[in-house]
Parts: sequence; structure tokens; C-alpha cells
Amino acid sequence: MPEAPRALAYVLAAGALLVLTAVAFAVGRYPLSLAEVLSALAGQAADPAVNTVVMQVRGPRVLAALLVGAALAAAGTAYQGMFRNPLVSPDILGVSTGAALGAVLSIFFAASIFLAQLFAFAGGLAAVGLVYGVGSRLRGHDPLLALVLTGVVIGTLLGSAIALLKVLADPYNQLPAITFWLLGSLASISPGDLAVAAPLALLGLAPMLLLRWRMNLLALPDDEARALGVETTRLRTLVVGCATLMTASVVAISGIIGWVGLLIPHAARLLVGPDFGRLLPLAMLMGAAFMLAVDTLCRTLATIEVPPGVLTALIGTPFFLWLFALSRRSW
Amino acid sequence: MLEARDLAFGFPGRTVGSGIGFSLGAGEVMCVLGPNGGGKTTLFRTLLGLLPRHKGNIFVNSDSLESLSRGEIARRIGYVPQGHTAYFAFTVREFVLMGRTAHLGAFASPAAKDLSVASRALESLGIAALADRPVTEISGGERQLALVARALAQEPRLMVLDEPTASLDFGNQVRVLERIAALAGQGIAILFSSHDPDHAFLCAHRALLLAEGRALEVGRPEDVIRPDTLERMYRVSVQVLTTEGAMHTCLPRFNRPA
Repeated sequence: MPEAPRALAYVLAAGALLVLTAVAFAVGRYPLSLAEVLSALAGQAADPAVNTVVMQVRGPRVLAALLVGAALAAAGTAYQGMFRNPLVSPDILGVSTGAALGAVLSIFFAASIFLAQLFAFAGGLAAVGLVYGVGSRLRGHDPLLALVLTGVVIGTLLGSAIALLKVLADPYNQLPAITFWLLGSLASISPGDLAVAAPLALLGLAPMLLLRWRMNLLALPDDEARALGVETTRLRTLVVGCATLMTASVVAISGIIGWVGLLIPHAARLLVGPDFGRLLPLAMLMGAAFMLAVDTLCRTLATIEVPPGVLTALIGTPFFLWLFALSRRSW
Repeated sequence: MLEARDLAFGFPGRTVGSGIGFSLGAGEVMCVLGPNGGGKTTLFRTLLGLLPRHKGNIFVNSDSLESLSRGEIARRIGYVPQGHTAYFAFTVREFVLMGRTAHLGAFASPAAKDLSVASRALESLGIAALADRPVTEISGGERQLALVARALAQEPRLMVLDEPTASLDFGNQVRVLERIAALAGQGIAILFSSHDPDHAFLCAHRALLLAEGRALEVGRPEDVIRPDTLERMYRVSVQVLTTEGAMHTCLPRFNRPA
């Protein structure tokens, strides 16, 4: 693709993100004008209610949407390149299922929604660690295939553990909390949650940004990448670690929100091509914008909050099919 | 440049070939001939350190292969694999630039110098016009040439080409063989495999006949490519003809239906 339309993609994505951020601050049960939002952000709001809405209620939620969307899209971009497959989402190795099991366990045993975040984070890392440990010991197979199959099998096992806990859970106190967590939500994310999750996600992002050229070579067959001088096993381990850290840190605060990590990298690739260094920033911009749009709709569409996972699926399914029909041959 | 001593190779738990020994000097071309399943690709992968060897030693510039890092091997040996499955729509230029990876720091991206190396590699193979096309949308033969260009971008002293002519038309086959001869003229050592013994006659200094899990013969193509060795490898009857200018060519004794 020529340079000019490529640059346009970044400008449009950044512009959309800016507009969506302004809209997200303005709309809601307590509508604000743009001037009110800006004055509150500058710390000069005349009305303390405006200040509270902007800084305490909507601010953290907007930041959460940006963080969750960008992190899921970045992890998805890395995984799709590494697994050489545009239909891969960041939870293919079980990070979401592991996080879900961790959260459900803590709700079931400790009945604590606060501990749930910690357990979800640990559960996500542990599940991927288990999958990676088992998968990379299955010698004599294509290493990627071994990983994916191990991920599917262990994911199913963890899924049935979640199902069992749901059956056993107290249907009045625990089950609603479990269901709520499994559907995902940005409604209850506090500034403190963000202060923990954002650095962890950045920690996962940094190596990917630094290694952006080498990441491209993971899309080659293993032999070729190694013959070109890449230690594929080491690089793959690093990518799995980074993507898992990013995903687990946001899933722990938001619950499971599907489709972002699958759909956004794919759409970004159609715009700027597969080069990781160009793809990653655009996917993060688009992921942040998409998540923010979805979350804003979630809290304004109806009097109750619509779970974002439901909305991402409703938007994602037709959009994905449309993208798929659009791209005949290549990703 | 490249030396194998008493080499045994294969897959974990299954040895495919053994007793392989040869050495290849700068500017020399060696052609590996052998039947399907004879172990040519497995031998090449072993020589590149992509498969662990079962026995013997491999030396690259008199350094043992084990002592070299992946990056060091990539700077010394350019590899053209047999065919390539393209998963993502990288442009041909980006694809060829990947050959520069071993010359870049871990966190670096290709710079202007790398771009010019890639452009020269594309031009030398006559595919500069394809530079901005996606590798997923070019023909198999064009992709083969792009693979050769990528190996050239590695700026290696030795090139290993696994059936570089396999999916090419007659004209492109000749062009790739000419390219191989020209590279050898620049002092690059070349190891390639082919299904056509004539390719060894055309541009190789030596031929290695790989069959029955060992090196049947290693030597000058005129000496080792004979009706008896060809029949033993391929199980067909072949005559070797000498043409004008002392060139050689193989012609099967064809059984026409009566």
C-alpha cells in the first residue's frame, strides 16, 4: 500500500479516538457540554458535581476502556503474527479461561470481588504457563500446533471446572457475581485498579515494540526464521509471556471481553499490511477507540448496563464476516 | 568453507543417511542429486543446524557448526528452502528485507543500507518490478526468485539452495543456474540440489549422488554422473550424451508403448 493512504489510516484512527473520548466524557445519565468537560479536566470546573462526574466517574472508565482495548488489540496482533493465523485471539492459550477460573474460585470460596482480580490475574498466567509447559514438551510435532492443541484441551478442562463451580455456587449471592464477572464490565474499575493494571500492560508491550522487526519473522515457517538468524523458541516464549501479561492484567480488571483481540488486529492489517512495526500502533489506536465506543454504548443504550462482551459480539460477528468476504486471498 | 566429516543425519530416532563426507571451497558449486525421499532436504537442514546431526562433524569456515550462534550461521550461510508457504501479505521488498535480520541488532529495524542491499538482490534476479507486490499474490516461480533474493540479502559466503529450480519454467531455470554460476564467480560457495542431472553438468564443479542412505559418489559431474550411477539412483535406464563443445546431457531410454 502506498505511504499516503497508510498515514491516513493512523490520522483517522487517532481522530476517531479523540472524538470518541470527547463524546464518552459528555454523554451519560448526567450530560455535560464539551466546555464543562474541558474545564473539569483542567481542574477549573465551577460546579463540583461536574468535577466529580468527569474526574471520579467517567475519567477512570474512559481510561479503562482505552487501556483494555489497546492491550487486547496489541496482544491479539502479536498472537496472530506468531500463530500465522488471522483467526487467533489472545486467549487461544487459555489466558481468559484461566483468569475466569481464578475469579470464579475466589468468588466461590472467599466470596470476595476484590480478591477476584488478583486470582484472575494469577489464574490467567498459570493457565498459559501450564499450556506452554505441556505444549513445548510435546516433541516431534510442529511446535505451534502442539501449543494450540494443548491450549484447546486445557481450556476445555478449565471451562468444565468453571461450569462445575457455577452449578455448586449459591444461586442468590455467588452466581450473579460469577455471571457478571464472566460477561465482563468496565463499570466498577477504580483508579487504583488502573494504577496496577496499566504498568503491567506496558511491561508486556515494551519488548514487543522493541522487537517489532523480529516479530515479522515469526510469520515465516520455523525453519526459515531460524535460518535467517532468529532464535524462534526464545522469541516465541517471550511473545507468549508478553501477550499473556497484557491480557491477564486487563482481563483481571474488566472480566472477559471477547472479539476485540480477534477483530481489531485483523482490520488494522487490512489497512496497513502485516508489518508488525506499522500494525501494532494502529491496532492499539483502533482497539482503544472500539472499546471506548462499545463501553459508551453499553452505559447509554438502556437504563441498565449492557455487558460489553455482548455488544462486541453483536458488532464483531457481522463486521468480521464482512471483512472476511472483503479479503479474498490474503490477510 | 563448508566441510562435512563422516556425517550421519536424519530425524529424531530415525537416521536417513550416513557416512557423508565432502568439503566445499570458496567459489565452488556442488550439486546434490538423488531420488525423492533420498534425504537431500534432510541433509541440507542438518548442514544448517536446523536438525541435530546424528554423528560426525560439520565445519563452516573451519568453525564447528555447534560453536556458532543462529545469527552467526545466518550471516555465513544463505538458505533457499524448497517452496514457501506465504501466510501474510508482506510485500516482496519486506520479504527480501527479512534476509537482513542477522545483520541487525535485536531491537533494530532495516535502515537505508539494508534497503539498498535488498534492492540490489531484487535487481540481480530481475524481479525489481515485483518489489511492492504482496508475496501472497505472485506466482510460485516468482516467489522462488524472491526466496533466492532474500538469501542474497543475507550477504552470505555460502548458499544452500534446496531445489531452487523446482517450480520454475525452462527460461527461469536457466536464469537461476546462470545466477548460481555468477555467484560462484564472485567467490561464494554454493550447495544446491536438483532433480535434473543436467543441472549438475551445466553449472556444478562437483556432484554428490545421494541414494540408499549414503553418498554413492562425490566427484566431478563428468566422472560420477554415468548411466550406471543414474540407473542405481533413479531405477530408469539413461544414456549420457556428449554434445558439441564437450557438454553433457542425460537422455532416458524411453519405453514407448508398442
